[in-house]
Amino acid sequence: MKRILGFLRRVRGEGRARTDGGTAERQSTTERWLDSDFVRSAPFWGPPFLLMGFFVYAAIGWNFLLSLTDFSGFGEPDYSSLSLDNYWTMLQDPGIWAATRNTFVLLVAFTLACLGVGLLLALLLDREIRFGRTLRTIYLLPFALSFIVTAQFWRWMYNVNDGIVNQVVGVFGLGPYNWLGSPRLVLGAVIFALVWQFSGYTMVIYLAALRSIPTDQYEAARVDGANAVRMYRRVIIPQLRPAIVSASVVLVLFALKAFDFLYATFDGYRPRRGADILATKMVREAFGRSEWAYGSAIAIALFVLSLAVIAPYLYTQYKRGNL
Amino acid sequence: MSEGSVSMGQETDDETAFEGATARRVGLYATLIGLVIFYLIPIESGLVTSIKTSQALINTQPFAPPGPDGVTLEKWAFAFDALGRGMVNSLLFTIPSTLLCAILGSMAAYGLTLVNWRGQIAVFALFIAGIFIPYQAVIVPLTQFWSQYAMLEYRLGLLLTSHQATILELVITHTAYGIPICTLLFRSQYKTMSWEMIEAAKLDGASVWRVYKRIVLPLSVPMFAVVFIFQFTQIWNEFLFSLTIIGSVSDPAASATLILSGLGEALEGVDYPLRMAGALLTALPTLLVYLLFADKFAEGVQV
Repeated sequence: MKRILGFLRRVRGEGRARTDGGTAERQSTTERWLDSDFVRSAPFWGPPFLLMGFFVYAAIGWNFLLSLTDFSGFGEPDYSSLSLDNYWTMLQDPGIWAATRNTFVLLVAFTLACLGVGLLLALLLDREIRFGRTLRTIYLLPFALSFIVTAQFWRWMYNVNDGIVNQVVGVFGLGPYNWLGSPRLVLGAVIFALVWQFSGYTMVIYLAALRSIPTDQYEAARVDGANAVRMYRRVIIPQLRPAIVSASVVLVLFALKAFDFLYATFDGYRPRRGADILATKMVREAFGRSEWAYGSAIAIALFVLSLAVIAPYLYTQYKRGNL
Repeated sequence: MSEGSVSMGQETDDETAFEGATARRVGLYATLIGLVIFYLIPIESGLVTSIKTSQALINTQPFAPPGPDGVTLEKWAFAFDALGRGMVNSLLFTIPSTLLCAILGSMAAYGLTLVNWRGQIAVFALFIAGIFIPYQAVIVPLTQFWSQYAMLEYRLGLLLTSHQATILELVITHTAYGIPICTLLFRSQYKTMSWEMIEAAKLDGASVWRVYKRIVLPLSVPMFAVVFIFQFTQIWNEFLFSLTIIGSVSDPAASATLILSGLGEALEGVDYPLRMAGALLTALPTLLVYLLFADKFAEGVQV
């Protein structure tokens, strides 16, 4: 009985020894709850969380609900009869498969090319060179521009009649090609322009990582008689792994946003054959053809695709104690 | 960049023959300059194209300057006419949402660094995951919400014009989507902050608000600068929200990127010089921010 009473008292937080030498009066449970970390910190993260939660997570939930309706055209969506019809339609839509294939090609080729070009830029700049800071600024410059802006420049570059790209390949006796008009070339041309815009971003990520490699690691490798190639393979590249992971995650995200670039390059929702990606298909179905529910279903597919990137990223961040 | 970085090239140079080192140095600089040309030529070509007369446009290479008689500012004047209101609109929603999401992001990061309860990691994970959600995944409900359910235009019809209501919708949307990245940036700083000082202040009886106002905010001024620059660029450059929330290029609230996307469309093709002038005009604010604060910008990029 005495034990039970003691337990109850402990649960209610009574009679606990105070070690802070503070005031004598006891705190009630409510007071302690009001004083807890959760309650004291909630006014700070709560309002931003509600705002973001509503527009991001509630919106995704709503989007999923919409994808189960047959909402198209005007009026209110009918939530009384829900079905997976839109997802079955997706599976049978050849346009979806082409767009999915293009999305993956774009994601993989763009990410790998940016990682490669960015590494080259970073290794070139990470040494004693004059104007290193200016060069970094120039290589990162396209990143500060909007997709809509860079699309205008590259349309001009790829121009069939007198575009610079055709003049350059002309030097090698090739072309002229209709870069943005040919189904076989268009995706490559888009990826090349996007690499121009984003390789500077990868470079900056690498440079930060390279600068954080302790000097004694180079010393140790040199004492062991490592040449430059071994130095890169054994010391530098392994140290860059976290940078490569975080850069790839962000690059995939940019690739998913390539919609803006395609919209501006092709003056609307419909890119040339060979350049349609899920993002353009989604906006075209929803906003171009008013197939809202079908567009929402494609949006869910895109969301799942991005989850495949987010989840492993969050998990590694959690493991490394970065959350 | 060269300061403080490990000078691998330099130190191996000391050990190799002088001539080999010089040749390698020449090769290095040739590569670097080639890359400068690659990264600048699309922008340079846009610039020279936008100031050429139609005669100079035919007679010169797309990257060559127009020559003394071939210069005209006609296209820039057109672009300025077409984009002027778009630039004003873009500033109207970019500046408030940049400020708002920086403040809210800093508060969220402070709140989440302060706490020690179990759900904290889950809440923070939700914040971070918000960075990576493609806008397409929310854009249909969002336009539904703004057009039918929020009814800002109707409720506030007496207070706000439809132009102001659209700008307000864009401010709220951009703020909501900017919070995750701002929270991440601020929290990376707050985690490394000296919490002893804060503990000491708390023992002296300072409330959490007081600690935030008197200690944390002054310490995060440099981070605020980074976040401002980065978010300003992101929101100014954004297109999909403009396209779907504003809806039409002719809307009085149309943003600069939205107007640019439909600028100079002609039946027989595209008026490239006009597009180039428009593109450079649209890029001007972020270019200025970028060139003035290049180092801060690079810092902000390193999420």
